[in-house]
Amino acid sequence: MAHAYTPGLKVLHHTIVKKNRRLPIKGKVTKNIGDILNPNDIVATTDLPGNVQMVKVANLLNIGPADVLDVMMVSDGDSVKKGEMIAQTEGMFGFFKSDVKSPIDGTIESISGVTGQIVMRDAPIPVEVDAYMTGVVKEIIPEEGVIVESEAAFIQGIFGIGGESRGNMEILVKDREQELTADLLNESHKGKIVVGGSFISLETYKKALSLGVAGVVIGGFNYYDLEDILGYTLGVAITGSEDLVTSLIVTEGYGNIRMGSRTYDLLKEHDGKFVSINGATQIRAGVIRPEIVIPLKDDEIPKTPIHESEEKGIGEGSLVRVIRAPYFGRMGLVKSLPSALQKMESETMVRVAEVEIDDDILIIPRSNLEMVETD
Amino acid sequence: MELKSILATDCGSTTTKAILIQKIDGEYRLTYRGEAPTTVEAPFEDVTRGVLNAVMEIEELAERKILDGDEIMSPQKNGEGVDIYISTSSAGGGLQMMVAGVVKSMSGESAERAALGAGSIVMDVMASNDGRLPHEKIKRIRDLRPDMILLSGGIDGGTVSHVVELAEILHAANPQPRLGQNYKLPVIYAGNKNAQDQIRTTLGDMVDLDITENIRPVLERENLEPSRDKIHDLFMEHVMQQAPGYKKLMSWTDAPIMPTPGAVGSLIEMIAEKEKITVVGVDIGGATTDIFSVFEGKFNRTVSANLGMSYSICNVLAEAGLDNVLRWVPFDIDRKELTNRIGNKMIRPTTVPQSLEELFLEQAIAREALRLSFIQHKEFATSLKGVQKERTISDAFDQTSSGESLVNMMDLDLLVGSGGVLSHAPRREQSARMLIDAFMPEGITQLAVDSIFMMPQLGVLANIEKEDLAEEARTAALEVFHKDCLIRLGTCIAPVGKAKDGATVLAAEFAMPDGSTIHHNLKKNELYRIEAPYEPIQAKLTPDKKMNIGAGKGEPIETTVYGGVVGLILDGRDRPITIPNDSESRLAALKSWSEAVNEYPNTNS
Repeated sequence: MAHAYTPGLKVLHHTIVKKNRRLPIKGKVTKNIGDILNPNDIVATTDLPGNVQMVKVANLLNIGPADVLDVMMVSDGDSVKKGEMIAQTEGMFGFFKSDVKSPIDGTIESISGVTGQIVMRDAPIPVEVDAYMTGVVKEIIPEEGVIVESEAAFIQGIFGIGGESRGNMEILVKDREQELTADLLNESHKGKIVVGGSFISLETYKKALSLGVAGVVIGGFNYYDLEDILGYTLGVAITGSEDLVTSLIVTEGYGNIRMGSRTYDLLKEHDGKFVSINGATQIRAGVIRPEIVIPLKDDEIPKTPIHESEEKGIGEGSLVRVIRAPYFGRMGLVKSLPSALQKMESETMVRVAEVEIDDDILIIPRSNLEMVETD
Repeated sequence: MELKSILATDCGSTTTKAILIQKIDGEYRLTYRGEAPTTVEAPFEDVTRGVLNAVMEIEELAERKILDGDEIMSPQKNGEGVDIYISTSSAGGGLQMMVAGVVKSMSGESAERAALGAGSIVMDVMASNDGRLPHEKIKRIRDLRPDMILLSGGIDGGTVSHVVELAEILHAANPQPRLGQNYKLPVIYAGNKNAQDQIRTTLGDMVDLDITENIRPVLERENLEPSRDKIHDLFMEHVMQQAPGYKKLMSWTDAPIMPTPGAVGSLIEMIAEKEKITVVGVDIGGATTDIFSVFEGKFNRTVSANLGMSYSICNVLAEAGLDNVLRWVPFDIDRKELTNRIGNKMIRPTTVPQSLEELFLEQAIAREALRLSFIQHKEFATSLKGVQKERTISDAFDQTSSGESLVNMMDLDLLVGSGGVLSHAPRREQSARMLIDAFMPEGITQLAVDSIFMMPQLGVLANIEKEDLAEEARTAALEVFHKDCLIRLGTCIAPVGKAKDGATVLAAEFAMPDGSTIHHNLKKNELYRIEAPYEPIQAKLTPDKKMNIGAGKGEPIETTVYGGVVGLILDGRDRPITIPNDSESRLAALKSWSEAVNEYPNTNS
């Protein structure tokens, strides 16, 4: 049977989710293998080196750079307090002395006789990494962090903004076609992950922000509204570091597009559960998609075998979604994958798939199809 | 040594492309090509897997054994194996560098030119006078995590304190390399030679310091070659060693692996030098657009890091502005709908235009991406800044100063395009139109596309340094470049000057290869195509008295031009090209230009 490799988005009822929780630099791991974790548990800590301040001692004292070494009252590695005198000239006959005081609490890192400046460093900045999701410590990465594992339902979106977030999930719409409108949001949604259907407007998203909603999961959003939220035009899809109260996960794409039925049904099945989400997206080689992790309790774990990603690509019978005009957003079953190149309306010669959509057989370039990976 | 067969690969960030070059009847030709997904990332994490897969495709097509298990058989014996194997690489995001100089527009720019010329992406140019405070610079260095840093500054014998100050900032930042935690960041120092000792003392053991000749020994002269070579060496020794599978790949190749754009650049440089022509080359990819040029014997490369056709397509929209994109679209479309469509291409970058409408949009964006990249290139490819010029009284009214762009479109001989949207456009006429509309060539300019983006492999082939191979390899590279790499689109003939609407701007006469003669009086704003093969055609071009076709206003030219798969394109449009603002006239103008070259199907309907 013919196959075509087109990476798809995952919509899984039951899988093993593993998360690497690492420090940016080496530090201390605070958990052990087998420990049961809640999302807010700290798994590793470290201190980032403090910010650096450069003090132009030679300029401040009006002396040559080479003379700086003679006037310093502190040495490399010394700790100093803000306002403490760190350099002083001899003056004339013991009078008219000039001095330099430390602008910060910190340490002296280096003193240069070439440039006449000293480098000082602020106090270290503590950094902590939490568990992100409910789970078990599966592995320790010495001095760096842990690998957390969880049996969970797992859904990927196509695009998101805002980083990690968590909270109880609440479905706010009747069906996957309904737009998430402002009137559906109220004070009770603070700290929750809310799920809408086809679309959220900028105005509604702003209301979610003002209410302190932890996250929104939605079918579509307008590209041009992103600028209003981010304060800049999003030129490349690399997100996750935005400082937003409400992370946004878009499951289908830009525009008003009803949420995929499998995605919506799976979310609905877990309405009210505590979930972890991450809006971070990176569309480059080594793609990262936004995600919703719904950890399962022992009694919720289905008897069916755990789904393992096969990445076998599209084959006959695969469920696919069209991801480009003119049939954008429609779903269907692959009927066949003819091997010969075919000419499209645009005259582009491509490999195609014959896809059955709503009783019609449509010819669509394979690269415009996305496999819907489901279990 | 005679080379009978050459295998070359280019390991890109998504695809590994292999080509087989063979000597057939005394000349080198591209015979087969194969490709496979690049395997630098999980689950494979070994670049050689993708290389072997691409080579296996060639084996199947050529019905020739090249691999013995997981090894390339070399030299060729009894029709099996190949004589040499070479490769380029841009996998894992290519070579990412940060450069630093004392004065941004002087040593900073020279350092940037050296790094770009070596094929790297320049993430930031740090300079003493860039307006950022030390702690801002330190934060930036920490955040960027480059693969390598090039530090320069000061002319030989000049002041040392500024460049040492940059080194102190670097030391305070304690930069970590992007790949691998267990090696030190390579730093190249190419500044004032009198500061070398202080630089050594300042940076100490914290980084892997390499010292080379000053990039700007005197204000009037750049010395980029030693730094470029050093970057290539360190790329091999350090950066590539960290990427999965590269140690093995390096042990297979007969010449050092080059960064892909570095190889393309050196090929273009060689062609310009050998044929004594001026060249502009462009490679428009999904994330970035690279432009290479050789004018006045000087090579320049720029990377527009966020102008591309998929990953960074929204950035083209942001930088060009919606109106500039829309002016090329031959139908009316709701602005919000358009931005959502472009946004969807960004998040689903591998899709292709199925409908004609989608193709129009994609090619409209390509025009703007190319235009913006070329503007950036022209601004960067300048004569050296900060150089004092001696002036005489005759220069009194000549307002030129140092730092002028070297790019002179009237002097341009050859414009080569590559990258999906240009190389794989359904009709070659579309590639020609995109090149003309974006680059706006003036006078007489040959147009070509690199059919399968073979320039990287040919570039590394032309750079083989082993004595017994070098000459033969260079011959092979040039032969394949002319015979198989370039698809000649034709020649654009565009007079420049001011003319009234409806006026004739050029009278052209061509003695065609079939013996016939073609006359055409080109009107202002007209686009006219004459089908003609890639063969010499005698042309007599007489511009209007206010127009210039290369010899000056009103001066006629008799010369030889070449056709191609598209032919001769006479372009009577303004420079820059003006498109009417009102919708009706705009659509009419776009339609007439498209029809003139038979650009799209059904444009009559």
